[in-house]
Amino acid sequence: MTALLEVAEVSRRFSVTGGPGLLARFRRRLSGGPENLPKVYAVDEVSFTVGKGETVGLVGESGCGKSTLVRALTRLIDVTIGSVKLGSRELSLKPARVFARDRDRARIQMVFQDAGESINPRFTAYAAIADPLRRLRKLRGKALKERVETVANQCGLPLQLLTRFPHQLSGGQRARVGIARAIAVEPDLLVLDEPTAALDVSVQVVILQLLQRLKREFGMSYLFVSHDLSVVRLLCDRVLVMYLGKIVESGPAAEVFEHPLHPYTQALVAAVPHLHENGSERLRLSGEPRSPIDPDPNVCRFYGRCPRGADACKTEMPALRSFGNRQVACHFAEEFLPQASIPS
Amino acid sequence: MTTAPALSVDGLSVEFRTRSGIVRALDNVSFTVAKGETIALVGESGSGKSVTAYAVMGILDPAGSVTAGRAMLGDLDLLSAKPKELAAVRGRSIAMIFQNPRTALNPIRPVGRQIADVLIRHGNVSRRAAPAHAVEMLRAVGITDPARRAKAYPFEMSGGMCQRVMIAIALAAKPSLLIADEPTTGLDVTTQAVIMDLINDLAKELGMATIFITHDLALAGQRSARIVVMHAGHVVENAPTDDLFTNPRHPYTAELIAATPDSAQSLDELAAIPGSLPDLRRADLPPCRYSERCPRKLAACAQPLPQAMPGATHIVACWNPLPERNVSAPTVSAA
Repeated sequence: MTALLEVAEVSRRFSVTGGPGLLARFRRRLSGGPENLPKVYAVDEVSFTVGKGETVGLVGESGCGKSTLVRALTRLIDVTIGSVKLGSRELSLKPARVFARDRDRARIQMVFQDAGESINPRFTAYAAIADPLRRLRKLRGKALKERVETVANQCGLPLQLLTRFPHQLSGGQRARVGIARAIAVEPDLLVLDEPTAALDVSVQVVILQLLQRLKREFGMSYLFVSHDLSVVRLLCDRVLVMYLGKIVESGPAAEVFEHPLHPYTQALVAAVPHLHENGSERLRLSGEPRSPIDPDPNVCRFYGRCPRGADACKTEMPALRSFGNRQVACHFAEEFLPQASIPS
Repeated sequence: MTTAPALSVDGLSVEFRTRSGIVRALDNVSFTVAKGETIALVGESGSGKSVTAYAVMGILDPAGSVTAGRAMLGDLDLLSAKPKELAAVRGRSIAMIFQNPRTALNPIRPVGRQIADVLIRHGNVSRRAAPAHAVEMLRAVGITDPARRAKAYPFEMSGGMCQRVMIAIALAAKPSLLIADEPTTGLDVTTQAVIMDLINDLAKELGMATIFITHDLALAGQRSARIVVMHAGHVVENAPTDDLFTNPRHPYTAELIAATPDSAQSLDELAAIPGSLPDLRRADLPPCRYSERCPRKLAACAQPLPQAMPGATHIVACWNPLPERNVSAPTVSAA
């Protein structure tokens, strides 16, 4: 599979300014420049690829940097360091502001979490879908109208709803507008940030099936961000597991969920409730994640919460190592490996 | 379970007056919770799960009113009780955990003080001893460094920690009935598992009955002994958890299970539920509010819904339920 998106060693750090207070201002003055301020390592040296026509899932708990990573590679914010390549084009060189008018802007589009929040409340469904077409495709008049109606049809949005405002639409209809708006400009890569989190199961099914049909029809690649593992399992070919700014495990979705190798993934998988199973004793994580502010580069990010934690974990940060088609960042991945080789 | 129930809701109906007409949000909702039992109210948004809880707690929106029914907590009917009587049981024998801890907690009061408030009002703890007790409560719900955390404000804590504080407040006076309204929505699965463990363990320890409201059928199945499925203000099915999953009788329950991502191996296997909730403002609502979406609709569905047999454990409000399967198949235990 040829890679569509190549993300290499991407980091994004935010300075902790301490807010507007007088004391904080004084401290900032003393610190001698923004580079000396403490930093939140929201995304830390993350590398991965998304193949053409592939669906990659990105999972992890809130605050682990999923959204920052996604916003960095959709070029809504700048990366601190690292490279984001779409095909042969390096995207990270242009500042996000300038990239907004770039011709490749249309190639990466995004579907946001809550369509009710992310669609301009003063735009009708038609205006919301037409907006990117006007800006990026320079469509006007009849051509614009035709294109909007085609996309609405593809997304199963009845044409008579196009004159409505977001608050006049149901959750499922709003989700369709959000998807139609994103695919209108025919992107190569569609980034979906929890597109079904706000929907009921019955509607969620319809939207997921719509996404799968659109992918087959147009051959788009998806990067699907979610913390609902049972949805990721159904939709994604490959999955990336993130913890505190780092990718801790990646591999084919079915294998990762069947035999998770990283202790964090194991806890994550164990925490998912299943229909036919009554609450039994399972792996639980205790405590809170470590602080993402200036983390010690030699300590595993998961140390302290990890049930397998040992002395080696606080003296050396485990690197992402490959085991066949999977990658794991844990010193003790081998211990969990024999299970993985048992055919399921 | 032969003991007297902790709470028995009987024929509860609730209406909301709105500008565009009267919304009949709940109609003849009945269920019981035995002492020490955990039941789940499950349904999609708009099915009336939260309204049921609010009606029982007596905290309905002023536009809403209870038009019929009883909710017996021991000898007291919560629905017809005077405000003073309600105030005496709320917080003391019946407590609630709200969906969003960040909005339910007081943002300008340290969390320790908020717990102490409940202890002083309902827990027979003196004003002087309350702060220390509050710290103990925080420790009991698994907050590390509770003495320091007691002085923190809600915004200084993560969502999971705020939810623990909510639980501490709800359990401060050791109630006999706990209503948890989507206690883990918006939390990560790992945190969700820990919080649910905590609620389950404390419920067991205190012998507390729990009504657990959720839209997540899988979570409800894992955590409760009995599931009450709601649709558009009706209870459509009420059955022991294993029985409900292996042998759903109401068409809606079956569709809901089939739509849950956990039940399928691929996306194509998942089935959407056709149609949408009926408009509850309509004057001509059919007796079965599911009938307009229902694939098994009969002429008989125009009659009032069948009454539950007294003493039945598996209650279905349907004229044409799915056939009962042989229940000889062993229930699947944790793999």
